[in-house]
Amino acid sequence: MLTVDHLNVWFGHHPDRVDAVQDASFSVAQGESFGLVGESGSGKSTILRAIAGLIDTWSGTINVAGRPLTARRRDRAFYKTVQMVFQDPYASLHPRHSVDAVLSETLRLQGMDDIDRRIARLLDDVGLGRGFRFRYPHQLSGGQRQRVAIARALAAEPRLLLLDEPTSALDVSVQAEILNLLADLRAEHGLTYVMVSHDLAVVGHMCDRLAVMQGGRIVEVMEVGALRQGTARQDYTRQLIAASQGYARA
Amino acid sequence: MTLLSVRNLRVTFPTRQGTFEAVRGVSFDLGRERLGVVGESGSGKSMTGRAILGLVRPPGRVTADRMALEGQSILNLPERRMRKIRGRRISMVMQDPKFSLNPVMTIGDQIVEAYRLHAGGNRAAARQKALDMLAAVQIRDPERVMGAYPHEVSGGMGQRIMIAMMLAPDPEILIADEPTSALDVSVRTEVLNIMDRLVRDRGMGLIFISHDLNLVAQFCDRVLIMYAGRIVETLAARDLHQARHPYTQGLLNSLPRLDAPVGRLPVLQRQDSWRNGDTITESLETEFPGGL
Repeated sequence: MLTVDHLNVWFGHHPDRVDAVQDASFSVAQGESFGLVGESGSGKSTILRAIAGLIDTWSGTINVAGRPLTARRRDRAFYKTVQMVFQDPYASLHPRHSVDAVLSETLRLQGMDDIDRRIARLLDDVGLGRGFRFRYPHQLSGGQRQRVAIARALAAEPRLLLLDEPTSALDVSVQAEILNLLADLRAEHGLTYVMVSHDLAVVGHMCDRLAVMQGGRIVEVMEVGALRQGTARQDYTRQLIAASQGYARA
Repeated sequence: MTLLSVRNLRVTFPTRQGTFEAVRGVSFDLGRERLGVVGESGSGKSMTGRAILGLVRPPGRVTADRMALEGQSILNLPERRMRKIRGRRISMVMQDPKFSLNPVMTIGDQIVEAYRLHAGGNRAAARQKALDMLAAVQIRDPERVMGAYPHEVSGGMGQRIMIAMMLAPDPEILIADEPTSALDVSVRTEVLNIMDRLVRDRGMGLIFISHDLNLVAQFCDRVLIMYAGRIVETLAARDLHQARHPYTQGLLNSLPRLDAPVGRLPVLQRQDSWRNGDTITESLETEFPGGL
């Protein structure tokens, strides 16, 4: 479904050029859920943004559903295949657009017909119900907003969903609801996920395989089983796992 | 001796729909210990911290049967007297250093200003104190950091600078509101070690406000669990995984765990009875009045 080969992403020009991602390669099979983990600045979100077409200073190859992407703009067919859900549901929804406006605009952009029926179904899909259709973001909780953002991503009926820290701004009880929803949607629609998170337990719960990143490079690609058993090959991964277990008093 | 004693603390805000109670009768004692306050957003945990420091702005109202710092009431003191306590005797570290540091002032000037406001003294002495404090929070090159602006340092360093600034006047109590939520796990451990040492070496009392149950269980001595403005359960941190209140249990269960994979995460079923029903509190009095 997705192959990334020798991907480099940079920002700025020499001498202030920052190489945010260096020589990253991985592939994600159809229907798989793949995690990208690492600390802030490791380049994990940058990879997602390069795939989504939000950054155009990259080199290497990105193949989505067998089609190579170019550095320039993505076409409409691309956004029918790939959609993204962002970290902060408080920032990713327009404060003066109702849920109905957000979804109908997206559907119209995707050239969908029968918009009325589709909105109702999208809201059912994400567990919001039709009563939420004419609400504004300030009338929704964080979890409900993230459900709207997920509905917006699903509106194009994509096959690959890019999830950038989808639950890190939410309380743990709400996080559980959203993670369950994402798991259900993946099963129902046969979706492929690439999920960025700094929380190893969340990635362990959601993904089949993951790449561990440090300083712009992928240090290790591993199965979730190896993550659970703590049998990482690289020292850095072991440190990351140990640090994420919490605090051991010095 | 108990550092801080709070009984029946209430914080209310008038709204168009009537009075909203953000904190509804919170009581606890703080000794020379690490006290964790855990709850979801809107549970009143941050508002409790702000009420102690007198930072609830009108039209918000703070009432309590008692709020005493070493036996002396600090409830609704006039602003002039509160300023002598805030920063000097009770300090607060907020979640995000980006919003707490002044962006157009060098870090050194900010620490020196904060220190001289509370402790007086000349600039040279304050500067030396600032350098010492930066070294104490494990900043490797304090001379360079003194001359830097906040945007020139990383998030983890910014948070350590905030802690240095708050600790320069040697407060008796530090209220840390989600001090590590914006930090990476590796930096988090360093920041926690610094606070841990301050509690042990200086006998400071620490109120550690967090939404991270596991972290609090490992870092703190005692934990208060808040729900809808009330403390629903108080327990020793080491016993957190034997929590008896269904809300605490529900929160713990909803966390994904690497060592115990599940197909679906249990979702918290909120009960109306949690708002006003029975609470599980072993004792209001701290187990650590004189120290750890």
